[in-house]
Amino acid sequence: MTKNIAGLFCGILFGLGLTISQMNNPDKVLAFLDVRGEWDASLAFVMAGALITLATLQHFILKRQKPLCDAEFHLPKPNNPIDKRLILGAMIFGIGWGLVGFCPGAVLAAFGDGKIEPFLFTLALGAGMMLFDWFDKAK
Amino acid sequence: MQNFTPYSAFFGGSLIGLSAALLLYLNGRVAGISGMIAGVMNAQKNTQDWRLFFLGGLILSAVLFNLIVPHTQAVYSRSFLLLIISGILVGFGTRLGNGCTSGHAVCGMARLSIRSIAATITFMGMAILTVFITRHLLGISQ
Repeated sequence: MTKNIAGLFCGILFGLGLTISQMNNPDKVLAFLDVRGEWDASLAFVMAGALITLATLQHFILKRQKPLCDAEFHLPKPNNPIDKRLILGAMIFGIGWGLVGFCPGAVLAAFGDGKIEPFLFTLALGAGMMLFDWFDKAK
Repeated sequence: MQNFTPYSAFFGGSLIGLSAALLLYLNGRVAGISGMIAGVMNAQKNTQDWRLFFLGGLILSAVLFNLIVPHTQAVYSRSFLLLIISGILVGFGTRLGNGCTSGHAVCGMARLSIRSIAATITFMGMAILTVFITRHLLGISQ
Protein backbone atom coordinates (compact mmCIF):
# COMPACT_ATOMS: atom_id res chain seq x y z
CA MET A 1 0.00 0.00 0.00
CA THR A 2 2.71 2.52 0.96
CA LYS A 3 4.66 1.47 -2.13
CA ASN A 4 1.62 2.23 -4.29
CA ILE A 5 1.14 5.68 -2.74
CA ALA A 6 4.86 6.35 -3.21
CA GLY A 7 4.54 5.22 -6.84
CA LEU A 8 1.53 7.47 -7.44
CA PHE A 9 3.26 10.50 -5.92
CA CYS A 10 6.49 9.93 -7.88
CA GLY A 11 4.47 9.40 -11.08
CA ILE A 12 2.66 12.71 -10.56
CA LEU A 13 6.00 14.50 -10.11
CA PHE A 14 7.44 12.79 -13.18
CA GLY A 15 4.45 13.75 -15.33
CA LEU A 16 4.63 17.33 -14.10
CA GLY A 17 8.32 17.46 -15.01
CA LEU A 18 7.65 16.16 -18.52
CA THR A 19 4.75 18.59 -19.01
CA ILE A 20 6.53 21.70 -17.69
CA SER A 21 9.63 20.94 -19.78
CA GLN A 22 7.33 20.27 -22.79
CA MET A 23 9.07 16.97 -23.48
CA ASN A 24 5.58 15.54 -24.08
CA ASN A 25 5.52 17.63 -27.27
CA PRO A 26 7.07 15.45 -30.00
CA ASP A 27 7.77 18.52 -32.17
CA LYS A 28 10.01 19.92 -29.44
CA VAL A 29 11.86 16.62 -29.11
CA LEU A 30 12.42 16.43 -32.89
CA ALA A 31 13.64 20.04 -32.86
CA PHE A 32 16.42 18.87 -30.52
CA LEU A 33 17.22 15.82 -32.64
CA ASP A 34 17.22 17.88 -35.86
CA VAL A 35 20.73 19.31 -35.64
CA ARG A 36 20.56 20.63 -39.20
CA GLY A 37 17.29 22.50 -38.73
CA GLU A 38 16.21 25.25 -36.29
CA TRP A 39 17.97 23.55 -33.40
CA ASP A 40 16.24 23.69 -30.00
CA ALA A 41 18.64 22.75 -27.18
CA SER A 42 15.87 22.46 -24.53
CA LEU A 43 16.10 18.65 -24.20
CA ALA A 44 19.74 18.98 -23.12
CA PHE A 45 18.63 21.31 -20.30
CA VAL A 46 15.99 18.78 -19.22
CA MET A 47 18.69 16.12 -19.06
CA ALA A 48 21.03 18.43 -17.16
CA GLY A 49 18.35 19.30 -14.58
CA ALA A 50 17.38 15.66 -14.11
CA LEU A 51 20.96 14.35 -13.89
CA ILE A 52 22.21 17.02 -11.47
CA THR A 53 19.20 16.59 -9.17
CA LEU A 54 19.18 12.80 -9.23
CA ALA A 55 22.96 12.34 -8.94
CA THR A 56 23.11 14.71 -5.95
CA LEU A 57 20.19 13.19 -4.02
CA GLN A 58 21.19 9.64 -4.94
CA HIS A 59 24.60 10.18 -3.37
CA PHE A 60 22.87 10.46 0.03
CA ILE A 61 20.08 7.92 -0.62
CA LEU A 62 22.45 5.07 -1.52
CA LYS A 63 24.35 5.52 1.75
CA ARG A 64 21.30 4.03 3.48
CA GLN A 65 21.07 0.27 4.10
CA LYS A 66 17.69 0.02 2.41
CA PRO A 67 14.88 2.16 0.98
CA LEU A 68 12.09 3.40 3.27
CA CYS A 69 9.29 1.08 2.02
CA ASP A 70 11.23 -1.98 0.83
CA ALA A 71 13.80 -4.45 2.14
CA GLU A 72 16.47 -3.64 -0.45
CA PHE A 73 17.47 -1.42 -3.36
CA HIS A 74 16.62 -2.95 -6.75
CA LEU A 75 19.45 -1.71 -8.97
CA PRO A 76 21.05 -3.42 -11.97
CA LYS A 77 24.48 -4.93 -11.17
CA PRO A 78 27.08 -2.17 -11.71
CA ASN A 79 29.52 -4.15 -13.82
CA ASN A 80 27.23 -5.80 -16.36
CA PRO A 81 29.00 -5.74 -19.74
CA ILE A 82 27.85 -3.92 -22.88
CA ASP A 83 26.42 -6.59 -25.19
CA LYS A 84 24.83 -6.94 -28.63
CA ARG A 85 21.29 -6.91 -27.26
CA LEU A 86 21.84 -3.58 -25.52
CA ILE A 87 23.29 -1.85 -28.58
CA LEU A 88 20.85 -3.39 -31.07
CA GLY A 89 17.90 -2.55 -28.80
CA ALA A 90 19.12 1.05 -28.37
CA MET A 91 19.52 1.36 -32.16
CA ILE A 92 15.96 0.15 -32.81
CA PHE A 93 14.59 2.43 -30.09
CA GLY A 94 16.55 5.37 -31.54
CA ILE A 95 15.07 4.88 -35.01
CA GLY A 96 11.54 4.71 -33.59
CA TRP A 97 12.13 7.77 -31.39
CA GLY A 98 13.49 9.79 -34.33
CA LEU A 99 10.54 8.89 -36.58
CA VAL A 100 7.88 10.53 -34.38
CA GLY A 101 9.49 12.09 -31.29
CA PHE A 102 7.67 10.05 -28.65
CA CYS A 103 9.48 7.97 -26.01
CA PRO A 104 7.60 5.80 -23.48
CA GLY A 105 7.37 8.41 -20.69
CA ALA A 106 6.69 11.40 -22.92
CA VAL A 107 3.85 9.70 -24.78
CA LEU A 108 1.95 8.99 -21.54
CA ALA A 109 2.33 12.64 -20.54
CA ALA A 110 0.87 13.57 -23.96
CA PHE A 111 -2.49 11.92 -23.12
CA GLY A 112 -3.68 15.32 -21.91
CA ASP A 113 -3.44 16.81 -25.40
CA GLY A 114 -6.81 15.35 -26.33
CA LYS A 115 -5.39 13.91 -29.54
CA ILE A 116 -5.50 10.42 -31.03
CA GLU A 117 -1.73 10.25 -31.70
CA PRO A 118 -0.54 9.37 -28.16
CA PHE A 119 -3.12 6.57 -27.82
CA LEU A 120 -2.27 5.01 -31.16
CA PHE A 121 1.45 5.19 -30.42
CA THR A 122 0.95 3.60 -26.98
CA LEU A 123 -1.03 0.71 -28.48
CA ALA A 124 1.75 0.12 -31.01
CA LEU A 125 4.32 0.38 -28.21
CA GLY A 126 2.50 -2.36 -26.29
CA ALA A 127 2.37 -4.47 -29.46
CA GLY A 128 6.12 -3.98 -29.95
CA MET A 129 6.77 -5.19 -26.40
CA MET A 130 4.53 -8.24 -26.92
CA LEU A 131 6.36 -8.94 -30.17
CA PHE A 132 9.63 -8.84 -28.25
CA ASP A 133 8.35 -11.29 -25.59
CA TRP A 134 7.21 -13.67 -28.31
CA PHE A 135 10.48 -13.31 -30.21
CA ASP A 136 12.54 -13.76 -27.03
CA LYS A 137 10.66 -16.93 -26.00
CA ALA A 138 10.93 -18.42 -29.49
CA LYS A 139 14.71 -18.16 -29.41
CA MET B 1 16.67 28.80 -31.87
CA GLN B 2 13.17 30.31 -31.85
CA ASN B 3 11.56 27.95 -29.39
CA PHE B 4 14.41 27.45 -26.95
CA THR B 5 13.03 27.29 -23.38
CA PRO B 6 16.03 26.72 -21.09
CA TYR B 7 14.43 27.68 -17.74
CA SER B 8 11.27 25.59 -17.96
CA ALA B 9 13.36 22.76 -19.43
CA PHE B 10 15.82 22.82 -16.54
CA PHE B 11 13.05 23.14 -13.94
CA GLY B 12 10.98 20.34 -15.49
CA GLY B 13 14.09 18.19 -15.75
CA SER B 14 14.82 18.79 -12.06
CA LEU B 15 11.31 17.56 -11.18
CA ILE B 16 11.99 14.40 -13.20
CA GLY B 17 15.26 13.94 -11.28
CA LEU B 18 13.46 14.56 -7.96
CA SER B 19 10.81 11.98 -8.88
CA ALA B 20 13.49 9.40 -9.72
CA ALA B 21 15.35 10.15 -6.47
CA LEU B 22 12.17 9.81 -4.38
CA LEU B 23 11.26 6.52 -6.06
CA LEU B 24 14.74 5.22 -5.21
CA TYR B 25 14.48 6.52 -1.62
CA LEU B 26 10.98 5.15 -0.98
CA ASN B 27 10.68 1.98 -3.10
CA GLY B 28 14.32 1.35 -3.97
CA ARG B 29 13.39 1.27 -7.66
CA VAL B 30 14.78 2.74 -10.89
CA ALA B 31 12.36 5.14 -12.61
CA GLY B 32 12.44 3.45 -16.03
CA ILE B 33 9.14 3.95 -17.83
CA SER B 34 9.52 1.25 -20.50
CA GLY B 35 10.33 -1.28 -17.78
CA MET B 36 7.24 -0.21 -15.81
CA ILE B 37 4.97 -0.55 -18.86
CA ALA B 38 6.36 -4.05 -19.54
CA GLY B 39 5.95 -4.90 -15.84
CA VAL B 40 2.30 -3.83 -15.84
CA MET B 41 1.61 -5.75 -19.08
CA ASN B 42 3.18 -8.94 -17.74
CA ALA B 43 1.79 -8.65 -14.20
CA GLN B 44 -0.10 -11.53 -12.61
CA LYS B 45 -3.82 -11.05 -12.16
CA ASN B 46 -4.98 -9.24 -9.02
CA THR B 47 -1.53 -8.16 -7.97
CA GLN B 48 -1.41 -4.56 -6.89
CA ASP B 49 1.61 -3.04 -8.42
CA TRP B 50 3.29 0.30 -7.61
CA ARG B 51 4.17 0.51 -11.33
CA LEU B 52 0.53 0.90 -12.30
CA PHE B 53 0.17 3.71 -9.75
CA PHE B 54 3.29 5.46 -11.05
CA LEU B 55 2.08 5.34 -14.67
CA GLY B 56 -1.42 6.39 -13.60
CA GLY B 57 0.02 9.34 -11.66
CA LEU B 58 2.13 10.35 -14.64
CA ILE B 59 -0.90 10.44 -16.97
CA LEU B 60 -3.12 12.07 -14.34
CA SER B 61 -0.75 14.97 -13.65
CA ALA B 62 -0.24 15.68 -17.36
CA VAL B 63 -4.01 15.65 -18.01
CA LEU B 64 -4.72 17.89 -14.99
CA PHE B 65 -1.93 20.30 -15.91
CA ASN B 66 -3.43 20.81 -19.36
CA LEU B 67 -6.90 21.33 -17.85
CA ILE B 68 -5.76 23.81 -15.19
CA VAL B 69 -3.16 25.81 -17.11
CA PRO B 70 -4.73 27.07 -20.35
CA HIS B 71 -3.02 27.10 -23.76
CA THR B 72 -0.42 24.50 -22.85
CA GLN B 73 -1.67 21.76 -25.16
CA ALA B 74 0.83 20.99 -27.87
CA VAL B 75 -0.15 21.30 -31.52
CA TYR B 76 1.25 18.54 -33.72
CA SER B 77 0.08 15.84 -36.06
CA ARG B 78 1.55 12.55 -37.24
CA SER B 79 0.53 10.04 -39.87
CA PHE B 80 -1.06 6.90 -38.40
CA LEU B 81 1.28 4.62 -40.32
CA LEU B 82 4.33 6.43 -38.93
CA LEU B 83 2.90 6.27 -35.39
CA ILE B 84 2.36 2.52 -35.61
CA ILE B 85 5.81 1.77 -37.07
CA SER B 86 7.49 4.08 -34.55
CA GLY B 87 5.54 2.66 -31.59
CA ILE B 88 6.42 -0.93 -32.48
CA LEU B 89 10.12 -0.03 -32.88
CA VAL B 90 10.17 1.85 -29.55
CA GLY B 91 8.38 -1.00 -27.74
CA PHE B 92 10.61 -3.72 -29.21
CA GLY B 93 13.86 -1.74 -28.93
CA THR B 94 13.38 -0.66 -25.31
CA ARG B 95 12.73 -4.28 -24.23
CA LEU B 96 15.71 -5.65 -26.17
CA GLY B 97 17.95 -2.84 -24.90
CA ASN B 98 16.50 -2.92 -21.36
CA GLY B 99 15.48 0.71 -21.11
CA CYS B 100 14.56 4.01 -22.68
CA THR B 101 15.24 7.71 -22.12
CA SER B 102 14.24 7.58 -18.43
CA GLY B 103 15.92 4.31 -17.45
CA HIS B 104 19.17 4.74 -19.41
CA ALA B 105 19.60 8.47 -20.14
CA VAL B 106 18.47 9.71 -16.71
CA CYS B 107 18.72 6.97 -14.05
CA GLY B 108 21.54 4.93 -15.59
CA MET B 109 23.67 7.93 -16.54
CA ALA B 110 23.23 9.41 -13.04
CA ARG B 111 24.76 6.16 -11.69
CA LEU B 112 27.51 6.42 -14.35
CA SER B 113 26.54 2.95 -15.63
CA ILE B 114 28.66 2.13 -18.69
CA ARG B 115 25.75 0.18 -20.22
CA SER B 116 23.44 3.16 -19.91
CA ILE B 117 26.02 5.60 -21.27
CA ALA B 118 26.59 3.31 -24.28
CA ALA B 119 22.82 2.89 -24.80
CA THR B 120 22.18 6.65 -24.56
CA ILE B 121 24.91 7.52 -27.07
CA THR B 122 23.54 4.82 -29.40
CA PHE B 123 19.85 5.80 -29.31
CA MET B 124 20.59 9.54 -29.41
CA GLY B 125 22.87 8.99 -32.41
CA MET B 126 20.34 6.81 -34.20
CA ALA B 127 17.52 9.27 -33.49
CA ILE B 128 19.56 12.20 -34.83
CA LEU B 129 20.47 10.15 -37.91
CA THR B 130 16.82 9.14 -38.43
CA VAL B 131 15.64 12.76 -38.25
CA PHE B 132 18.41 13.80 -40.65
CA ILE B 133 17.44 11.12 -43.17
CA THR B 134 13.67 11.64 -42.96
CA ARG B 135 13.71 15.44 -42.90
CA HIS B 136 16.72 16.44 -44.96
CA LEU B 137 17.33 13.53 -47.35
CA LEU B 138 13.79 12.26 -47.92
CA GLY B 139 12.07 15.58 -47.25
CA ILE B 140 9.38 14.11 -44.98
CA SER B 141 8.19 16.58 -42.35
CA GLN B 142 6.32 14.98 -39.47
